[in-house]
Order: sequence, then structure tokens, then C-alpha cells
Amino acid sequence: MKIRAILRFLSRANQLAQDYYNAPYRAAVARAQREQEDLFMLYVYAELMGIPNPASYYTLELQPLLLEQFHDWHLRMGMEHSPFDEFRCC
Amino acid sequence: MNAILLMLLGLGGMFLGYVFYSRFVAEKIYRLDPDFRTPAHEFEDGVDFVPTNKYVLWGHHFTSVAGAAPIIGPAIAVIWGWVPAFLWVVFGTIFFAGVHDAGAIWASNRNRARSIGALTGDVVGKRSQSLFMIVIFLVLLMVNAVFATAIATLLINFPSSVVPVWGAIFVALIIGQIIFRKWLNLGTVSVLGVIALYALIIAGPSVPITLPESVFGVSDNASWILILFFYAAIASLLPVWVLLQPRDYINGLQLFIGLILLYGAVLISGPELVAPAFNTNTPEGTPSMIPLLFVTIACGAISGFHGLVASGTTSKQLDKETDARFVGYFGAVGEGSLSLATIIAVTAGFATLADWQAVYHSFGQGGVTAFVSGGARILQDGVGLNVDIAETLLTVMAVLFAGTTMDTGLRLQRYIFQEWGGIYNINWMTKAAPATLLAVSSCLLLAFGAGGADGSGGLAIWPLFGTTNQLLAGLTLLVITTMLVKLNRPMYVTLLPLLFLLVMTIFALLIQLRGFYEIGNWFLFTLDLLVLIAAVWIALEATATLARLRQQNKTLQATSNED
Repeated sequence: MKIRAILRFLSRANQLAQDYYNAPYRAAVARAQREQEDLFMLYVYAELMGIPNPASYYTLELQPLLLEQFHDWHLRMGMEHSPFDEFRCC
Repeated sequence: MNAILLMLLGLGGMFLGYVFYSRFVAEKIYRLDPDFRTPAHEFEDGVDFVPTNKYVLWGHHFTSVAGAAPIIGPAIAVIWGWVPAFLWVVFGTIFFAGVHDAGAIWASNRNRARSIGALTGDVVGKRSQSLFMIVIFLVLLMVNAVFATAIATLLINFPSSVVPVWGAIFVALIIGQIIFRKWLNLGTVSVLGVIALYALIIAGPSVPITLPESVFGVSDNASWILILFFYAAIASLLPVWVLLQPRDYINGLQLFIGLILLYGAVLISGPELVAPAFNTNTPEGTPSMIPLLFVTIACGAISGFHGLVASGTTSKQLDKETDARFVGYFGAVGEGSLSLATIIAVTAGFATLADWQAVYHSFGQGGVTAFVSGGARILQDGVGLNVDIAETLLTVMAVLFAGTTMDTGLRLQRYIFQEWGGIYNINWMTKAAPATLLAVSSCLLLAFGAGGADGSGGLAIWPLFGTTNQLLAGLTLLVITTMLVKLNRPMYVTLLPLLFLLVMTIFALLIQLRGFYEIGNWFLFTLDLLVLIAAVWIALEATATLARLRQQNKTLQATSNED
């Protein structure tokens, strides 16, 4: 019983430490991650914009997987609607 | 007097301030509302806006605002005796800093968690907003130059700290990787990190490192400053999680350990204060206590930098509006207690009055070096630590703080240059590397321009840095006061500190201006003049804004009476 209480205390302390470690930098890290993802998005949809993509054989497969993020992405890039004529979004 | 009594008086006073005065301010003036939907909930996105536990938020707010500045300021200001420094730290914390910090969180919280800079534009006016940017730039410029000089002095005076100080960077780099790759859980990593840091501190005295006194005609002091800026430039370009984040975390842990050790040692050994209560025999060239005391101690009594943290990151993570009282006001109390520990270290950590006078032989002396040697003596008497190890420990604590601030400061300055590049269409300036180069060279110019080629006089700008920091606090107080007037609430709680700060800073700037003129330091003379213009401008803005609001309120009342 005692051991369980100690373990619970430790995991709670660990949780607080984690919050303390991450809270100040959450925004900066998330922003950096988003920037990389945006670049990846551009890469995956490059051919639709007429940019030749040597890896299109592979990235084509990824397009449906990234579709969920597509709307947020084009909004973030400052485009109100999908930039592609043959590829509508909203 | 015994240091224990001073410690109890100071901590007790600040605690009472928290219990009574902060409750009054929170309930009657800011009227914090537990049901107010805070921006952290309203805009919750998992990135910027995240409701956070108030103790965690306090910890991070406190460690972001506590740095080397609350140590350096009081360690210089005790030259007028310990009573003035003690009173200003305690009463400054109770009536100035706490109200300012909690107020900045409240103001930002009520305005969609916008930063104080942006709020100045909305609440006071566009002109004030540009003024705000200029003052921030000046503060950053000075903080980097001053801290580089302070670190260089410490590394020369305590060669035993060189290995742990630079070793700590590698510890942080490794910890960052372990946490980022999730190899171990954070609790284990923290313990390992602290053990590694303390192992380095214990090993430090056996491997002291000194730079040759002159390399190609560059003095050791100047070499350290150049090395430090070279390091800071690289560090500020790295992604935050690589170095800054783990370093900040270790610093935070180290801060709590250091404070507990220092206060514990004071309690156990109970040293006597050897410094005079009021120093009637100040060395020649010491400026008048009023107003210089109030700008020498900025952080620890009131500091504008806190407003930037409070409105930048803290307000976006506030879970309940009522938490602002604990996070903001108690954060200021935490910083006040660090300054109080410094005052005790530099007044009770000497064997005799003659020893103390030998250190404080002219104005601007003492500083962190006095904190380290005084604190080390207390640690030796109190917890039986070897004096070399104690000195290394305190040096590492001070240097790590100053170093992290330099890293962050340079990063922010780079952003400002990049922003200017964007505004004025200067393409190359929007890139990270050239902008960093610009930031570093402007800081180096200040560090060497202020103190000559050996860079030893960089601390000459310390009071000027304090002044600029106070001006920033003044702008924040102006925003809060304006909001209070608009809400038809009593404004004296923030207006009186604002007036006091403005009078003292302008007074101090004039005295320093004369000083720089007399010694013919035209570089600092110009800088002082710039800050003075900003100060007068703020005073005018404040008068104009408050007069306009009073007029509006009168007209409103008149029309409602007619109805």
C-alpha cells in the first residue's frame, strides 16, 4: 500500500516537472514543428503547383493522409481557398 | 544586528504584503473574477494558450524573471549601507513590484492576452507603442553588455568556476537530447543532471583555468567577453529545445537549491552584519543615494522586464483570473527574497568592517564578486561547505543566470532586427545570421565603448540599465493606470508608484548625465541623453493621457447629470 502511494507521488512529481519543463517553451517548439510540417506539405503537393517533384511516386500516396491538415495549411499560407484548380478544399 | 533578524523581518514583511496588501489590490482594485473566462480557455490551442496549474505557472514565471540582475543590483547598492537597500527591496516588492507584476498579468488577461507593448498601442496611443519598442531595445542592448562584463569578471576572479560553467552547457545539451528522445523520464533526468552539475562544481577547484593576461594585445577580460558573445551568438541561433530549454530547467532547479542552501546557512550560523547600517563614510565619487539607489536596484524591487514575461507567456497560460495574484505578486516576492539573500551575503559575509570597506572601495565595486565571496563564507560557516567549492557553487549559479539571459536577450534582439528588416524592406536583415551579427556587434560596441578597450568598465552602465528597466515598468504602470481610470476605479495604487519611478529616474538620469559630461565619456553621455528623452516623453504621455481621461470622465458625468 505504502509503495503504491510513493509511486503515485513520484508520478505526480514527474508530471509537474514535465509541465515545468515544457510550459515556457511549448509555443516555440510547436511553432518550429509546424514550420517543418508546412514545408513537408509544400513538398507533397508540389506537383499540383507545377513544381517538378522527383519523389512524386511516393508523395502521391501521402496526399490523402495529409488531406486532413490541408485546410489549416492553406489558411496559414495566406490563401483563403485551395490554390489548386483541380483540387478543391472549401 | 544579526542576519537572522534581518532575514525574518524581510521575509516576514514581504509575506504579510502578500497576505494583506495583495488581497486588497486583487479584490478591490483589479477585482479579479474567478468566473472570468481567461484567454487560456477561450483560445486554447495546445500551443500558446494552455491553462496551466498555478504552482507550475508560478515556478516558471519566477524562474524567468529571476536572473543575475536581482543579485548585481543590491550587491552594488549596499555601498550606502544595508538599511536603504533593505528597505527599498522589501517595500519595493510589497508596494511596487507585486502590484506591477500582478497588474501586468491582469491587464493582459483582460485584453485577450496581448503583450504590454501591443496594449500600450491600444490603451494609451500609437506614439507610446513606438516608444515602447525603443525602450525595450535599449534594455536588451544594455543587459547583454552588462552581463557579459559581469560574467567575465567572475570567471577571472574565480578560475575554479570555468570548468563547471562551460561544463554545465554540455550537461544541458545531453539532458536536452535525453528528454527530447524520451530515453528516460524527466524526474530521473533532473536528478542525474543536478548530480552531474554538482560533480563539476566539486571538481572545479582542482582544475582552475585562467586565460593568459594578454593575447595579441587583447586583455583576458576582453577575451572572455569576446568568447561569451561568440557563444551567445551560436546559442541564440540553435533551436530552443537543444540548449536553452534544458539550461533554463537546470537553472531553475539550481536557483531553488541555492536559495534554500543560502537561507539555511544563514539560519544555522546566524552571522552578524558587519557593514554599516547607513554608510556615512562613502568612498569618493559615490553619487547621492537619492535617487541612485532606486535605479541601482531595479530587479528585486521593481523591474519592467517582469511585465514583458507576465504579458508575454504567463497571461496566455492563466487557468483562473484569481491565479494572477499568486503567480504575479508571489513571483515578485520570490525575486525579492533572492535580493534579500544577496543583501545578507554582501553585508554579513565579511569578517570585519575593514574587509568590507576594502571590497567596497569605490562606487560600482562589490557586485557579484562580493555576493560570491560573502555568500561562500556564510555557506562555509552554516553548512560546512569547503570555501572553494562554495565560491564555485555561487559563481556557477550567477553565471548560469546571466548566461541564459544573454542567450535569450540576443535572440530577442535578433527578432527586433529581423522585424525592422521586414518593415523597411532590407532583405538581408530579415535573415537570422546577419541579424544576429548586428545584435552582437551593437552589444560589443556598448561593452567596449562604455569601458575602454579592455572591457573592464562595462558595469559603468549598470545604473543606466536600471533606469531604462524602470522606465519600462513605468510604461506598464501607465497602461494599468489608464485601464483603471477607464473603469472608474481608484488609481492611486498604480499612479503613486508611477510618479515615484518617473521622478526618480529623471532625477537619476540628470545626475548621471552630469557625471558622464565631467569625465568626458561622450559615448555614455549620448546614451544617457537618449534614455532621458525617452523618460521625459513617457512623463508627457502619462500626463496627456490622464488629463484626457479626466476630461472624458467629467464630460460623461456632466451628460449623465443632465439626463
